Amino acid sequence: MLKDMMPHFDLYQPNTLDAAVDLAGRLGTDGWLLGAGQDSYDWLKNRTKRTPAVIELAGIEALKGVREVDGGLEIGALTTLTEIEEHPVVRERFRVLSLAAGRVASPQIRNAGTLGGNLCQDARCWYYRYGVDCYRAGGNMCYADTPEGMNREHAILGASRCVAVSPSDTATAVVALEGVMVIRSTKGERLVPAADFFVQPAINIQRMTVLEPGEILVAVRIPAKWSGASYYFEKIADRAAWDFALVSIAAVFVFEGDLIKDASMVCGAVACVPWVLKGSQDELRGQPRTAETSDKAAWAAVVGAKPLHYNHFKLPLMENLVRRAIREA
Amino acid sequence: MADLKGINVVTTTLAVESDARRQSRREFIKRVIASGAVASSASFMGAGLAGCSPRRATAAGAVERLLSIDVNGQLRRVDVLPQETLATTLRYKLGLTGTKVACDRAECGACTVMINDVTHYGCSTLTHSVRGRKVVTIEGLRGPNGELHPVQQAFVEELSPQCGFCTPGQVVAAVALLKKNPKPSREEARHAMSGNLCRCAAYDNYLNGIMRACGNHDQISHQHVEMNHGV
Repeated sequence: MLKDMMPHFDLYQPNTLDAAVDLAGRLGTDGWLLGAGQDSYDWLKNRTKRTPAVIELAGIEALKGVREVDGGLEIGALTTLTEIEEHPVVRERFRVLSLAAGRVASPQIRNAGTLGGNLCQDARCWYYRYGVDCYRAGGNMCYADTPEGMNREHAILGASRCVAVSPSDTATAVVALEGVMVIRSTKGERLVPAADFFVQPAINIQRMTVLEPGEILVAVRIPAKWSGASYYFEKIADRAAWDFALVSIAAVFVFEGDLIKDASMVCGAVACVPWVLKGSQDELRGQPRTAETSDKAAWAAVVGAKPLHYNHFKLPLMENLVRRAIREA
Repeated sequence: MADLKGINVVTTTLAVESDARRQSRREFIKRVIASGAVASSASFMGAGLAGCSPRRATAAGAVERLLSIDVNGQLRRVDVLPQETLATTLRYKLGLTGTKVACDRAECGACTVMINDVTHYGCSTLTHSVRGRKVVTIEGLRGPNGELHPVQQAFVEELSPQCGFCTPGQVVAAVALLKKNPKPSREEARHAMSGNLCRCAAYDNYLNGIMRACGNHDQISHQHVEMNHGV
């Protein structure tokens, strides 16, 4: 009973970044970049996606670890989620990221899973993952956004044809902390703000991030801006382990006495990208930290939401998470 | 058909079993149809040993198939396909069937092994990626004279397993926990064990076992038994 045999692929295990960049450039779309593979193996085992070659990045030591840079952090893309969760500096100064990393899947997946992999994982939609010819798979139909489609877990905001959501827990925290993605390819290095790293379906329905074939996410820079800020992270899911978020929130605040001086709030699992609560942030700046203020911020969070047949519950859930974040940060 | 039988023989010598055989046969037939030739079969399983590609004898820069891995303190030399998972190698090539494969999708924990003292799902780890690291399976936990590991002994005393299928994974996860945190609270243990499912729902029994193994006897709870008596 040898049931987990994936179809053949050439396996490349470069141990320097230059070799990996060179390989990725040479193989292009044929080179599947692998962090710890915790998302990739499902695709390959189920044969919903295939690849002639896999470039495993786990052997590149330069892509691992947390370094302090200019009061902020540079976190290698191959740093494991457990390491991020337990890292003393992340815990002390950017705790929202530590909490988010600690809520991903299960301990074993966090021991293997990497920050880069968690940020770059593919959309969560069982129709898409089942291998149907939906919009995201290059087809001409969304199976979730239909009267009988099972869409309890799907998007309420920012959908365009595809209604799958961003499944990453760490993405909410990285975007809230205004992280910057460091991307390398044979053409050199480019920096992309975390909020622009994720791609909405209206822009490109077949990809989750701005990464082009041949490009590798090598690090995430967390600027000093939100160092030591008040924080709140919560992930609502059906199960306490393994499960993906129904709605999650990562928020950081700077308080001055009773006033909210600045706020950065991001919701996960409500849209195809980590959803920045711009309206809520505007409602909060310079306002007293009261129930009235948090009500206004909560209502602003769901402006423009279009719930599907089974996911209306996400609206009050999202509102309440915004209120709770402001109250308990 | 003679050619297909030939493939079976080659794959059998590589200890690849039924599903993969079917898969390789399907791949083989597709390739024959595509190329109109049978000659490629030789490089597929025979000469292909040198490299890791089904299409070419060697893919430049790709991994070598023969590798040595450190399993339970022994260096084991084994022929590993590039896409092969650690659980497959352990069970079907090294005969270490204590590591179970249930979901094969990193969703149950039955295949939990330690790699450098940290738990990983064997079904979701490429064998090629454990080169130079220390793999410990349930078989590697026994004492020098075959005695049970203290965690196993505690599990026996607390009647932790019910059907026992998830037990190897639970034992390995518990041992890894106690290596990192020798005296966890019941809640810490519950969190650390949250990557291992038990369909008999014997979670509290396993936690009792861990509390006994680490000496936190005051956190052993038999409340569920009393509740049953009360019914």
